[in-house]
Amino acid sequence: MPLTFNDKIFDDIKKGREKWEKELEKVFAARPERLPRFSTVSDREIGQLYTPADIKAQDFMRDIGFPGEYPFTRGVQPSMYRGRLWTMRMFAGLGSASDTNKRFHLLVNQGQTGLSTAFDMPTLMGYDTDSPKARGECGKCGVAIDTIEDMEDLFEGLPIDKITTSMTINPPASVIWAMYIAMAEKRGIDRKAIGGTIQNDMLKEFIAQKTFMCPPVPSVRIITDTVEFGTKEVPRWNTISISGYHIREAGSTAVQELAFTLGDGIAYTEEAIKRGLDVDDFAPRFSFFFNSHLDFFEEIAKFRAARRMWGKIMKDRFKAKDPRSWWLRFHTQTAGCSLTAQQPYNNVVRTALQALAAVMGGTQSLHTNSLDEVLAIPTEEAATIALRTQQIIAEESGVANMIDPLGGSYFVEALTNRMEEEAFEIIEKIDNMGGMLSAIEKNYPQQEIADAAYRYQKQIDEKEKIVVGVNKYVTEEDIPVEIMEIDEELESLQIKKIHRVKNERDNRRVEACLERVGEACSGDTNVMEALIDAVKAHATLQEVCDVYRKVYGAYRDPGIY
Amino acid sequence: MKQKRRVRVMVAKPGLDGHDRGARIIARAYRDAGFEVVYTGLHQTPEEIVEAAIQEDVDMIGLSSLAGAHRYLFPAVVQLLHERGADDIVVCGGGIIPEDDIKRLKAIGVREVFTPGTPLDQIVRWVEQNVTPR
Repeated sequence: MPLTFNDKIFDDIKKGREKWEKELEKVFAARPERLPRFSTVSDREIGQLYTPADIKAQDFMRDIGFPGEYPFTRGVQPSMYRGRLWTMRMFAGLGSASDTNKRFHLLVNQGQTGLSTAFDMPTLMGYDTDSPKARGECGKCGVAIDTIEDMEDLFEGLPIDKITTSMTINPPASVIWAMYIAMAEKRGIDRKAIGGTIQNDMLKEFIAQKTFMCPPVPSVRIITDTVEFGTKEVPRWNTISISGYHIREAGSTAVQELAFTLGDGIAYTEEAIKRGLDVDDFAPRFSFFFNSHLDFFEEIAKFRAARRMWGKIMKDRFKAKDPRSWWLRFHTQTAGCSLTAQQPYNNVVRTALQALAAVMGGTQSLHTNSLDEVLAIPTEEAATIALRTQQIIAEESGVANMIDPLGGSYFVEALTNRMEEEAFEIIEKIDNMGGMLSAIEKNYPQQEIADAAYRYQKQIDEKEKIVVGVNKYVTEEDIPVEIMEIDEELESLQIKKIHRVKNERDNRRVEACLERVGEACSGDTNVMEALIDAVKAHATLQEVCDVYRKVYGAYRDPGIY
Repeated sequence: MKQKRRVRVMVAKPGLDGHDRGARIIARAYRDAGFEVVYTGLHQTPEEIVEAAIQEDVDMIGLSSLAGAHRYLFPAVVQLLHERGADDIVVCGGGIIPEDDIKRLKAIGVREVFTPGTPLDQIVRWVEQNVTPR
C-alpha cells in the first residue's frame, strides 16, 4: 500500500490532469509541440509531465528509504557528501613511467585525492614494447609498463600506503597487480596496507571494450584467482571494477549498460561462490564503474536504479547477509563518446553537466574528461580545467549540500522504477541463455549494442538527435586547441630499458618462476603468489602473458557488425 | 554484356586499439549502401590486412584508428600494398587523427581521412565517387 497518498488524492490528480490536458490540446492546436517525439539519448520516450500517479505503487520505506539503508536508492553511506566528498580521481597516463609520474604529482598537488592509471595499448594487451605487435603504439594512449622497474618509476615519491590507486587494465590485470604488490613490498609496505582497484573485468571486454587475450572461461578463472587472493591477502583492494562505462561508450543504451554490467557482476559472483568462497567474504570488495552520459535525468535514475538492483541481487539472489555486500559502490567517468572534435571548448560544458548528474546520482569517485580528450591525450591545462569542474560542483554549486536531492521527484522516481524493471527483464533473458558467459558466446550483448549504436548514429545523421557543433550550429573553424604530442623516440628508449633489465637479471630464476606460473595456470593452484615471485625476478609483462596465451590459447574477435 | 561488379570494401582495424564502434557502424553503412563488405575484426597487423585485402580482392581498404598508432600503421599498409603490386587498392582512414597527421598521411598515399562527426552518407558518397571495381 502506498503510504503517501490516499485514493481521494489520486482521484483529484486524475481530474486535474484531464483538465490540464484539455488546455494543452488547445495550445497545441494553435502551435504544435516543438518536436514530434521527445526522447532521451537512449531513445526512451518521455512524457510531458509526471505526477504522484506515476509512482502510485511506490512505497517510500521499501523503495526509496534512507541513505545507507537497504535498498540504497538514495546512496550507500548514511552521510554521503555531508561527511566526505567523492574522490576526485583523474585518469592519467602518457608516455614513459616517469612522464606519468610527473602528471600524478601535478594532479596530487592540485588537490586530487586518488590516483588512476591509464596504460598504453601494448601493456593493456599483454605485450612488451619490443614486440612486433607493439610497433607505433608505445606510450600513445597511456603509460608503457614492461617490468617492475617501470612500476617503481611510475609511483616514485607517491605515498602508496596513504593514497589509493586505480589501475585500468584487464587481460594482464593479475600481472600488473602483482607488480604493484611487489613494488609496495620492496618499499617495505605490507600488502595488507595498500588500497586501490584493478579493473580486471574481462566480461565487458568481450562485450564492448575489446582488449582480450585468452578466451572467456580461462579469463574468468584468473579473475576468480585475484578475487580469492584479494579476499585473503590484500583486504583493502577492490579486485574487480565491474564496468558499464565501455559498454555505454560502445553505443549501448542506459538500460543496456545497467543490465549488462549487473549481469557481469552476477557471473563473477557465481564463479567466486563455485570456488568455495562465501559471498560475504568477497562481495564487499566488488566495485562498479559507470558512464555518465548526456541525458541528465536518465543518468541520475540509472545510478539510483543500479544501487537498488544490486542490493536486491545480493540479498535475494545470493542471500548475502553482510550489508556491505549489498552496497553498489561506483566510480563514474563522463562520456568520452559524447565529446566532439568540433568546437572542442563546448566539451567543458558537456562534461560539467555529466559530472553534475554523477554527483546527483551519488557516485563514490569521479573522472571528468578533458576538453581535448577527443583529439589526443589531455594537456596539463585541459586536465586541470576538468579537475576544477569537479571542485566547482563540490564547493560552489551547493548540490553536495544534501543527500539525493532528486529523491521524490515524480519524474526521477518513475524513471528509476522503469529502468530497473527493463534492466531486470534483460537480466532474465541472459539467465535464460544460461548466464552471461553463454550470452557472450552467442554474441547477444555485442549484437544488441551494435544495433543501438547504429540506430543512434542514424538519428544524428537525420538530425533527430542534435549534437551542437556537429549537426547544428556548425561553424567553419580551425581547431584552436593545443595538442599533446608523444615523443616518437620514447619507443626506442623503452626498448633499450627492457633489454638492460633482461641483461641484468638472473634468467634461470626468471625461467623457473615462469614455469611455476604455467603450472598454476594448468592446475588449480591460485596463480597470484607465482606471479608476484615472477615479477620480483624481473620477468616482463609479456613473458608472463605469453604463458597465459600458451596454456589457454588466444581469443580472436568474431568481427560482429 | 559483362555485368558490373559491386564495389568491395574492407573495413580494417590495425593495431591493438579496441575502439570498434566507428568501424562497425561504417561497415554497416557500407553494407546498407549496397557495397560488399569485409570486416577484419580487431587487432590486425598491417601484414594481415594487406594479405586479406589481396585474397578478398577488395577495391578499397578503410582503416580505423582511435588510439594514436595511425602514424605507423597507415603508412605500413600503404607501403605493403605497394610492395605487393596492389597500389590500385584505394586506402582511406578514419578515427581520431589530428589535422597535421592527415596532411602527412595524404602525402604518402592515403586518399582520404574521415574524422569523428562526419555523416555516414558523406562517407558512403565519397566511396561511390572515388572507388570503382578494379
